[in-house]
Amino acid sequence: MPTVDISGWTCPTPLRDQPRVVMGHGGGGALSAELVQQIFAPAFGGEILAQLGDSAAVSLGGVRLAFSTDSYVVRPLFFPGGCIGDLAVNGTVNDLAMSGAQAAYLSCGFILEEGVEMPVVAGVADAMGAAARAAGVEVATGDTKVVEAGHGDGVYLNTAGIGLIPAGVDLRPQRVTPGDVVIVSGDIGLHGVAIMSVREGLEFGVEIESDCAALGGLVETMLAVTPDLHVLRDPTRGGLAAALCEIATASCTGIVIQERAIPVPPAVANACAILGLDPMYVANEGKLVAFVPREHADAVLDAMRAHPLGAGAAIIGEAVATHPGMVVASTPLGGTRVVDLPLGEQLPRIC
Amino acid sequence: MKYLDEFQNPELARRLLDDIRSTVTRPWALMEVCGGQTHTIIRHGIDQLLPDQVELIHGPGCPVCVTPLEVIDKALEIAARPEVIFCSFGDMLRVPGSDRDLFQVRSRGGDVRVVYSPLDALKIAQQHPDREVVFFGIGFETTAPPNAMTVYQARKLGIPNFSLLVSHVRVPPAIEAIMTSPGCRVQAFLAAGHVCSVMGMEEYPELAARHRVPIVVTGFEPLDILEGIRRTVRQLERGEHTVDNAYPRAVRSEGNPAARAMLADVFEVTDRSWRGIGTIPASGWRLSERYRDYDAEHRFSVGGITTKEPAACRSGEVLQGFIKPHECEAFGTLCTPRTPLGATMVSSEGACAAYYLYRRLGTTPTPQEASPVV
Repeated sequence: MPTVDISGWTCPTPLRDQPRVVMGHGGGGALSAELVQQIFAPAFGGEILAQLGDSAAVSLGGVRLAFSTDSYVVRPLFFPGGCIGDLAVNGTVNDLAMSGAQAAYLSCGFILEEGVEMPVVAGVADAMGAAARAAGVEVATGDTKVVEAGHGDGVYLNTAGIGLIPAGVDLRPQRVTPGDVVIVSGDIGLHGVAIMSVREGLEFGVEIESDCAALGGLVETMLAVTPDLHVLRDPTRGGLAAALCEIATASCTGIVIQERAIPVPPAVANACAILGLDPMYVANEGKLVAFVPREHADAVLDAMRAHPLGAGAAIIGEAVATHPGMVVASTPLGGTRVVDLPLGEQLPRIC
Repeated sequence: MKYLDEFQNPELARRLLDDIRSTVTRPWALMEVCGGQTHTIIRHGIDQLLPDQVELIHGPGCPVCVTPLEVIDKALEIAARPEVIFCSFGDMLRVPGSDRDLFQVRSRGGDVRVVYSPLDALKIAQQHPDREVVFFGIGFETTAPPNAMTVYQARKLGIPNFSLLVSHVRVPPAIEAIMTSPGCRVQAFLAAGHVCSVMGMEEYPELAARHRVPIVVTGFEPLDILEGIRRTVRQLERGEHTVDNAYPRAVRSEGNPAARAMLADVFEVTDRSWRGIGTIPASGWRLSERYRDYDAEHRFSVGGITTKEPAACRSGEVLQGFIKPHECEAFGTLCTPRTPLGATMVSSEGACAAYYLYRRLGTTPTPQEASPVV
């Protein structure tokens, strides 16, 4: 086993206290970030990876490409509003879309557990095919591996994708400037609560469906209004809070959001109230956050609302020059609070 | 969400705040007993909106925070055993023991599961008759009845492989301990509404009279908190010290008789150690003699635990209201939610975590605290 010298790392670092991987390392919060920054990035090197975007913007033969990969280990495999198959397609399509690219080609890696029923595999594959056709992307290559019974959760998937970045589009956190308007494309928290409700057998009075969807078309609509969007982010693991914190840090800009302006469906709000979770930290799979120059904000908002996936779009805040690197929420009562990067996964409280 | 929205209405909140401002004439120090109330206060910025004369002191009412280190170490030792399926509510998994937490036990192969009800743990015991299923039964009067019910069911159904690691605590003795501790500044209490919804209010008049403190039973939504503060300040300004129910939609004076009967059947009152505070007489419950077979401590005979509290942690003083979280030297430096020294920093309802999460405006996050995630 390789040894890793952690003596030079600055305190506090949880890796000193986390000699083994814990679930929080995959939760999309601070622990995930540290794993990437302290183990993966130094091991791989490379300037492109160091940008740590949802997808990498690369140039090949003078053509600007977006390139991304993601793995999917969701349980259960089928859930209200989708399954691991369309999630794997839409997730990578959306990572590319956050660079402004329309996905062109995907790869697909299946890791199957010995014993999983063939109709399950077929169902997942069918869903992938349907999602790819809907997103206008072709699954061009793939791979299959089988692991012994008990070494997997039925089906794990990996997808990678490439797409073209249109001329004039330059989406990255460093372009965020004070005065930018923050827009979210619709109701937050649906995917995380939908998964939780079926995984844990919780009932919240109404069935909550995942918002799993491909956002390439919505992004195209927005870019048609102005190619001068500053940054897009799909708030998946870690939710809206993590996406905003990442942008605030990477841009060295402060962000102020109006908590009351954030669209939270009643069912999500109720579920979160019962479990002691904050909807801002719950995962989404079909939403985006956009930082838009103020002069374009109304036009972009109108265009988003005219698109089926942006019908619930709302302005939730703005970038500010004060408190750089920090996200601050104005509470409905008029107070303020800091919105922090989640540590790992949110944990339901005791009472 | 209309129902909850009604209790977060900014216009009604403004009216309550105006009333508090017009009532208060001198400084008062109120303690909200429950960590859920602390969380609401900080999350909604209620303490920022109150007049300067009204100081809120955060009480010991976070069940995760006050669970003693020794019990957590016992939980960790039991959870690491190969024959055990250890079930817990989610927020206990990250609470540090002397040298690890339940997440780390799981990462080393321990079968640790998050459940949403103790009855789920009982179901797991039925599904796995060849394993020992242990539920971590901690908390105040709110979580005690369902845990008692689960033990009752286990015996009724003849499920031998279920047990409870119990560390339940009671609020009234804690109030007594706070009021009799040297240096106590608390002049009134916002009592925890959900505790009273189970236990009623019978235990409070004697406390209020003896210590001459108003006790106002208060809910958890922002308007509940403001109404509780308003009524408390009114009493203080008038020199009154009675028990008042500002949470009548959930609390009846007699509480929940069925839940109380279940508690009386399954549990008995015992002295209990509170993390960071020490032993408070008659402040806890343990399984009564008739149910002792279901006590995980007896079943697994966990002994020889030597605990080690970090010297820099002042969570005990925070829990008793002697200092505010940010007045601890380790706050935000040695002690963060990722590297918590004490449970008040790790629990979602802990006062230190609430301050860290919501009240660091004006400080700059370190690179690790706010870094991008692929």
